[in-house]
Amino acid sequence: MSDALVNSLNSIVAATTPLVIASIGETITERAGVINLSLNGSILLAAMAGFAAAQTSNSVIIGIGVAAMIGAAVALIIAFAAIELRRDQVAIGFVLTILTADLATFLGKPYVNIPGPRIPNMPIPLLSDIPVVGRIFFDHDLMVYFSFALVLMSWYWMFHTRYGLALRAVGENPQAAFARGTKVNYQRYIYTIIGGALVGVAGAAYSLSVKAGWFANAPMDGDGWIALAIVIFGGWHPFRVILGAYLFAALRRIVADLQSTVDFPLVLLNTLPWILMILTLMMVSSGTLERLTRLLPARLQRQFRNVLRSDPPAAIGTRFDKN
Amino acid sequence: MQLKNIHKRFGQVHANNNISVTFHPGRVIGILGENGAGKSTLMKIIAGYQPADSGEIWLDGRPVNYHDPRDAISHGIGMLQQDPLDIGAFSVLENFVYGQSGGILLNRKTSRQQLIALCQQFNFELDPDTPVSQLSIAQRQQLEIIRLLGLGVKVLILDEPTTGISAAQKEQLFNTLKRLAKEQNMTILLVSHKLEDVLALCDEVIVLRAGQLVGDMQMPTTKAALVELMFGAQIQPVKRESRLQPNTPIVLDMQQVHLHDGRLDIPQINFSLRAGEVIGLAGLDGSGQALFMRACAGLIKPHAGRVFVKGQDLTGQSYHQFNRSGVIFAASGRLEEGLIADMTLTEHIALMYEQNTWINWRRAHQFTQRQIERFNVRGKPDDPIQALSGGNQQRVLMGLLPENATALILEQPTRGLDVDSARWIWDQLLTKNSAIIYSSADLDEIMTYSDRIIVFYAGRMKVIDDPHQVTVSDLGHYIGGDFS
Ligand SMILES: Nc1ncnc2c1ncn2[C@@H]1O[C@H](COP(=O)(O)OP(=O)(O)OP(=O)(O)O)[C@@H](O)[C@H]1O
Ligand SMILES: [Mg+2]
Repeated sequence: MSDALVNSLNSIVAATTPLVIASIGETITERAGVINLSLNGSILLAAMAGFAAAQTSNSVIIGIGVAAMIGAAVALIIAFAAIELRRDQVAIGFVLTILTADLATFLGKPYVNIPGPRIPNMPIPLLSDIPVVGRIFFDHDLMVYFSFALVLMSWYWMFHTRYGLALRAVGENPQAAFARGTKVNYQRYIYTIIGGALVGVAGAAYSLSVKAGWFANAPMDGDGWIALAIVIFGGWHPFRVILGAYLFAALRRIVADLQSTVDFPLVLLNTLPWILMILTLMMVSSGTLERLTRLLPARLQRQFRNVLRSDPPAAIGTRFDKN
Repeated sequence: MQLKNIHKRFGQVHANNNISVTFHPGRVIGILGENGAGKSTLMKIIAGYQPADSGEIWLDGRPVNYHDPRDAISHGIGMLQQDPLDIGAFSVLENFVYGQSGGILLNRKTSRQQLIALCQQFNFELDPDTPVSQLSIAQRQQLEIIRLLGLGVKVLILDEPTTGISAAQKEQLFNTLKRLAKEQNMTILLVSHKLEDVLALCDEVIVLRAGQLVGDMQMPTTKAALVELMFGAQIQPVKRESRLQPNTPIVLDMQQVHLHDGRLDIPQINFSLRAGEVIGLAGLDGSGQALFMRACAGLIKPHAGRVFVKGQDLTGQSYHQFNRSGVIFAASGRLEEGLIADMTLTEHIALMYEQNTWINWRRAHQFTQRQIERFNVRGKPDDPIQALSGGNQQRVLMGLLPENATALILEQPTRGLDVDSARWIWDQLLTKNSAIIYSSADLDEIMTYSDRIIVFYAGRMKVIDDPHQVTVSDLGHYIGGDFS
């Protein structure tokens, strides 16, 4: 493989990391049956605040911590409004996404275009020496490795632990979850907050890792919506989510490269990644794959179905009252 | 177990009124009562799904206090809901494990062995890796029973467990329940509307009427005595004369139709339905009745062959087209396919009857009120549908059927109805003069109301042109696949 290509893939992995973290955060939240629609604004606000905190304290750790807290706080508002005040999650999320985005622009003014700290690059010894793969995946900063670990951990948590069963059940059939002794609304609080904190960390990943700093025309504006789409594309499964994020980022890069070489209306080109995503989704949700799945040995079928599912958690966006 | 002065009100409705009763271990106790009598409410209180307004529950001579189903299970009380409360997206194994206590990590291997062992003990065929959404109702019940046994319950409550399952599956269930009572000294509480079942299985019966405990009877007794205790009067079964004249027009015609779905295959259907004819479909769950009915209603497209409605070729057309030609379908999964949770009765009516863009709510409201009176529904126009008792939901579903349909395709139309209500629904259905295709697990019902009977076995069909020529036990044989 040519060096140019490997370098390009390396930078795609680095640039996609925030998207991966945010999508996994949202996946966790939605699996519990709550939908956090504030992603786009939350990311902006967390990116700004994370950078500001890191810049002031000269510590990226503090920056990431502040960003996580912002994301968690926004998520907490959604959970509280949905569960306690019985408001509509979608409406609240929508209002919050606009509010937080404006807040980020307004409060971020003093920090525009000033230099600040950045998470240092840290190639993993041995692993980064593997030809090609090492450079693509293991020559990054800690944020990127965290995103890998996050995907693995969230997958293991969901499908291999007792808590994971409860998490999924709460999003599928809260009545049944309640009957099995799960505290439905408590679980929803926890996972909404965790998911929100991850969205905040994703914000910090933009402003402290991908492109350090805070800018007047924030480059990550819009990525929150993309993350929401990737969760759907990813079928609420961590593996497919990370795959979807990389796929999308790669397509976006290809389109960006094409723009300089071919003469084609820019707006149409920009829709290309979305069209391809929709096509893939249609393939996944058609009956063909289910038929193929039935051919597999019984034990593999479950894993396969988990990965291939295209239905949202059945109880997403609904309220749960005991009676 | 002892209940002392249990009260429960829902607004104006006194669903349980001062109920005191004692249940002994090692016995199967039947809970009888008409629709809306308060049976499910009482069972849910015992199993911790909802709190009583007042009253006490005593176990082994001590009052106990629990607040949720999980607590109840730790006291040894488990309940199988009218519609099994499980998680469709989980595999059988995951459903079995979920709710058990243990470490953070799942031990799939041990749990799998436990599940398989319990399945073998009761002859249940459950594959640990199948998603629960692909199981039949009977299998989901079996899974719930096994799950509760795995949790060590000593009191098992079943709310109308036989409404969605076939005769053979029922027999298996009853054998299981008898064994649990006798061998493991469990207390089994069985809510049922089928008096035959109660007579066959129970050692003792209690009867509720309008929220009150009105009777208690030891077995053996007779059906007539039970009916009298339930309704305070004897009920005559309707006598039905065949209304079929030799040259009534054909309203629905299937020619060389081939249906296929998953493992099931019905190769060659040649079948015609005449105006006003009533056809009963018998057979085990999943033998093809569901497929056949959905094909009649245009919900499933045939692989080959043609479907005509009133002479018009509607092969491959949408359900909407069939609907316009007067073919109406009502599914057995009440809340899954037929009714919309969270919508009120009036909204259901409006959805069905209001044709204009702007809904005339006053008219819809009045019409709902009339349907409620006509179908004797216990509920108000503004109640959300899930606040009604199971049987009353079924009445609403029947009340939604239009008056002048050509053909009604009804999946288990009297599922969950008490004897009196079932008879009443049939009265209403038969006065509509529509042709009817219906399925039922109740062979007496099939024999009583059908002009013709079709028995399904693994995708094969046997048409019985004159029900008077066969007996219930013949039907039982056919259902088992013995077609000769
Ligand atoms: N959650 C609820 N909210 C309001 N009313 C309710 C609720 N649950 C039950 N009811 C009312 O309480 C009464 C008793 O209902 P219940 O479900 O116990 O009847 P049932 O004996 O099980 O009837 P069926 O045989 O039809 O299932 C009914 O009038 C019903 O409408
Ligand atoms: Mg009931």
